[in-house]
Order: sequence, then structure tokens, then C-alpha cells
Amino acid sequence: MALAVEASELTRRFGSTTALDGLDLAVEAGTVVGLLGPNGAGKTTAVRVLTTLLRPDRGTARVAGHDVVSEAGEVRRLIGLAGQYAALDESLSGRANLVMVGQLCRLSGRRARRRADELLARFDLLDAARRGVKTYSGGMRRRLDLAASLVARPEVLFLDEPTTGLDPRSRLVMWEVIRTLVADGTTVLLTTQYLDEADQLADRVVVVDHGRVIAEGTPGELKASVGAQRLEIAVAPGSDLGAAAGVLARNGSGPVHLDRGRNLVAVPFAAGARRLPAVLAELSEAGVLLDDLSILRPSLDDVFLTLTGHAATPEPAERPKEAELV
Amino acid sequence: MTALPVPLPLSGESVSRRAYWALANTLVLTKRSMARIAREPEQLLDVTIQPVIFVLLFTYVFGSAIALPGGGSYHEYLIGGMFGMAMAGTAPGTAVGISTDMKSGLIDRFRALPISRAAVLAGRVISDLSTQVLGSAVLIVTGLCVGWGIHRGPVDAVAAIAITLFSAFAMTWAGACAGMMLTNPEAAQALGFIVFLPLSFVSNAFVPTQGMPGWLRAVANWNPLSAVAASCRNLFGNPNPAARVGAWPMQHPELAAVLWSVGLTVVFAPLAVLLYRRKAF
Repeated sequence: MALAVEASELTRRFGSTTALDGLDLAVEAGTVVGLLGPNGAGKTTAVRVLTTLLRPDRGTARVAGHDVVSEAGEVRRLIGLAGQYAALDESLSGRANLVMVGQLCRLSGRRARRRADELLARFDLLDAARRGVKTYSGGMRRRLDLAASLVARPEVLFLDEPTTGLDPRSRLVMWEVIRTLVADGTTVLLTTQYLDEADQLADRVVVVDHGRVIAEGTPGELKASVGAQRLEIAVAPGSDLGAAAGVLARNGSGPVHLDRGRNLVAVPFAAGARRLPAVLAELSEAGVLLDDLSILRPSLDDVFLTLTGHAATPEPAERPKEAELV
Repeated sequence: MTALPVPLPLSGESVSRRAYWALANTLVLTKRSMARIAREPEQLLDVTIQPVIFVLLFTYVFGSAIALPGGGSYHEYLIGGMFGMAMAGTAPGTAVGISTDMKSGLIDRFRALPISRAAVLAGRVISDLSTQVLGSAVLIVTGLCVGWGIHRGPVDAVAAIAITLFSAFAMTWAGACAGMMLTNPEAAQALGFIVFLPLSFVSNAFVPTQGMPGWLRAVANWNPLSAVAASCRNLFGNPNPAARVGAWPMQHPELAAVLWSVGLTVVFAPLAVLLYRRKAF
């Protein structure tokens, strides 16, 4: 299958910081690839290189068949960019912003207005179309931003942390919007710090750390490499903690972890939710009363701990640096 | 859904077609800056209320204490200086506007679009220049109210305004460079006070340079703003004590103002485009 994004050995330094350290990337046309990594991993720098905003020190990249350095103009015609660093004019209305982008993409005034209205309707922004963007909520802003990146019907869409900073409801709305795009056949490269987001949206996940790819695969493969989900129960005071541990030991896929101080019992639980009713029946037979129950999925931190031996959260000193760089 | 025309590859495009789209893009971006002003008219305070306040302050508060070498009315003298100050005053506005766009990420959106590299800057410069046209009109009306007048022909008056606007155009490019280098709008604002306020005062805009200490007088006489102010006074037929100053720009203020403007444009316009292209590269 044709590659929509093809990067090899991308390297980019800012002073003494190495943001990209030989990054390789391949995205098949029509698929969604999630670039997963903590703050400062080089995700944004990678997107900036691929969208022609930043020149790599070394390495090459082709997007939609064109080189991002020597054929930047062609690349710009075929891509859309939304996210952290592509913004809109705060003092214009949402509609005026989209019309402006349309006209800059060589649509006539009439067609630009029609395209703007189409996108406003699609992203549920018609009511706010004539209000200044500065009055928009975070979720509306992201939706408008995404709409702006779609005005020229890009072949390849780059979404830089499309849901960072959004409340859970807006996040779900954004996910829905991104899914419909994918159904239209657009190739999407999205960056995220959240494993569940990559899981929800991406066909393949590329894990980056310190500017390099450290793992790659489908979300399922990735999670399997990290280990199974865990079942954790909080036993009601007075119930038999030992009996609960016995039930979990029979149903789990690994050793039971007992926390007597907090009345918690946990076990690796590869069987997943399908097995849950049986576990609950056994617990109630054993006379164990529950305060709480959760199935814990591996988090990004778990992925990073497993893959790199260090946590995903960078040392505080690293954060402001990236903010300055970009 | 309606289909878009298939985008033409840039490399296969004729020069005239590219120029056409560069102009069309510039127009769209000029309209965008203008639409901002319509939504936030307070952005116009710099060119509307501020000159009125300066004219009133200087004519009625300071003017009474300032004697002009060679005589003449300070009210008549001041307006030429105000034109000079207005010309320098466009640069900080441009700097703040561009640095705001840089910081918000709007410039990144533009840079990722297939548009002419110069269009974003040109759009801003043209829009800032148009507000300066409004500023000149405000200044003329205010001047007429405080007893200033045009004593030479309409051709000379138009020439004076043209020189002012050309200088303003040159200065906006300097402002564009500053805005690109200082991606923080507060810093760009501060630059206005640190560079452009002294530039305005170390000139003949408000007081004749004859009373300044020698070295400062030399700076003031060669200040491009002094050349613009002296040209306006000359061409409007207002008192122009600078004509008694031996320095070359004061003897040929119109030519000096035009040369300054050409020089500033030739240096700063390409530099601004270069900075824009290289930004973050």
C-alpha cells in the first residue's frame, strides 16, 4: 500500500537539546497512526517537520509523495494541520476564520463561504458561527481548529494533541469527529499523551521517547507487550480478605497482590470483562462484600515503565524548555 | 459535498499566475486585519484619540513656552511634527500585531498553507498603513481646529502626505522585523517605548533642534522623523526652523525623507520576509 508519510532518520536539535534523534516513521495511506509519548518526547517537533514548519537537521521525510523540504509548497497543498500550534484569529468570528482559510486556499468568496457553512454544520458550530472565537469554549475551539484544517480537503491530516486540555465530554465529541474523518478515507497522524486515545482512534501506534521510536504496533500488540489489565477490588470492612484473595487467585492470570491496610486485593486479569460475572458470583458465594471494583488498563506510565524503565512524566525541568523551542 | 478544484502544483505555475495569487492572498489577509479592527475599534485609539491628545497637550501646555527660531506660531509648527511622529508610530503597532500572531500560532497556520510567503506580512503592512491614512485625516482635522493651516498649493500638500505615508510604509517593515524577532507581544510593546518614543522626541517633531546639546542635535537633525516633519512644514507652508540648520537632511528634507524611506524599505522588507521564512527553521 502507498505510504502517505515516510520519514527516515529525522534529526533536529535545539541548542543542546535533541528533539528528534533519528526518527523513522511510515504511515500507510488511509490509516490512522498515533504518535504516543510523554511531553518533550519529540512528537510536536516531528509534526512540525512533517508539516514543513521546521527543517530537519538531518534525515528526509516525504508526505503525500513530496519531500517536505524541497517540495514544501506541494506538501502544503495536500496536508491539514490542527492542534497545539496552529491557531485561529481570536478576534474574528468562527465563520470568518473558515472563510479566510478557504480564500487563502484559492476558493472564490462564494465557495469559501459555502465550504465554511458546511464545516460549521458538520462540527456543530452553526449557532456560534458569527461569534468571536475568543468567546468559544476549549472544545468548540478545537472543533473549529479541526474544521479549518479540513477546508481544502487534505489528503493527510496532522492532529497535534487534539484533546489535550479538554474536559471528558468534549474529548468524546472530538473522538467522534475524528472517527468520521477516518471513515472518509483521510490519512491521519495524531499525537497524544494518552494510551486510551491512541487505543480509541489509531490503527497503529508508534511510541516515541527522546526523539526516537521505541515501540510500534497495533494498540492491542502494544498493550499485550505491557501486560494484561488488572482486576482490583476493595473489600468492605469486616469481610474476609483472605477469601477474596482466594477467589481472585483462581480467576486471575498472575500472582495476587494484597493490601491489608486499604482492604484492597488485585490480580492480573487477562480474561477481561467477560469473566467478571463469574468472579462476582464466586465472591458473593464466599460471602465477600465489595466496596468498589475496577478493571485497570495499562496506562502510558505502565507502557513507558515497561519499555524504557522510566516513567512517562518528564522531570519538571524539561517542560519549559520545549515551550521555548516551539 | 462540493468538490474543490484540483490544486495545481506550485512548481508548474507561471510567474504571472503566482503573482496573481500572491496578490489575492495579500488582499484576503489585509481584509482579515481590517475586520479585526472593525470588531475591536479600540485598536484605532493610537491613530485617533492619541494624536488629538498630543496636539492639545503640545499646543496649549508646552507650546506656550517654546519660542521658534525665526519666529512663527507653534500651533502651525506642531502639526508637521505630528505627521513625523505618526509615521514612526506605525512600527510598534505592526510589531505588536505580528508578535501576537506568532505567539497564538496563527502564523504557523498560515505557514502550513500553500500561500505566498510575503502575503502574510504584506497584508499586515497594508492594513497598518490604511489605519495611518485615517490617522492623517484625524490629524488634519485636529490641526485645522487649533489654528494650523495649509499655505501652499494642493500639490505640495498631497506631496507632504505622500512622503509621510511612504515613510510610514518603510517603518512598518522595521516593525514587522521587530515583531518577528520578539515573539512576545509585551516585549514588542516595550520596544515601542524604548525605541520609538525616544526616536520621536530626539527630533525636531516637538521642539526645534537648535536648543539641543551638540551631539544630540546631530542625531536629531539626521533622524528620519525630522526629515519627514521638516518636509511637511515646508510643503504645507508652516514655520520651519530646520531650514536654518546646516545639516544636509534639513537643507533637503523631502529628498532626505524619501531616501530614508527607500533605504529602510530595501533593508527591512526583504529581512522581514527572510525572518518569516526562516522562523523556527
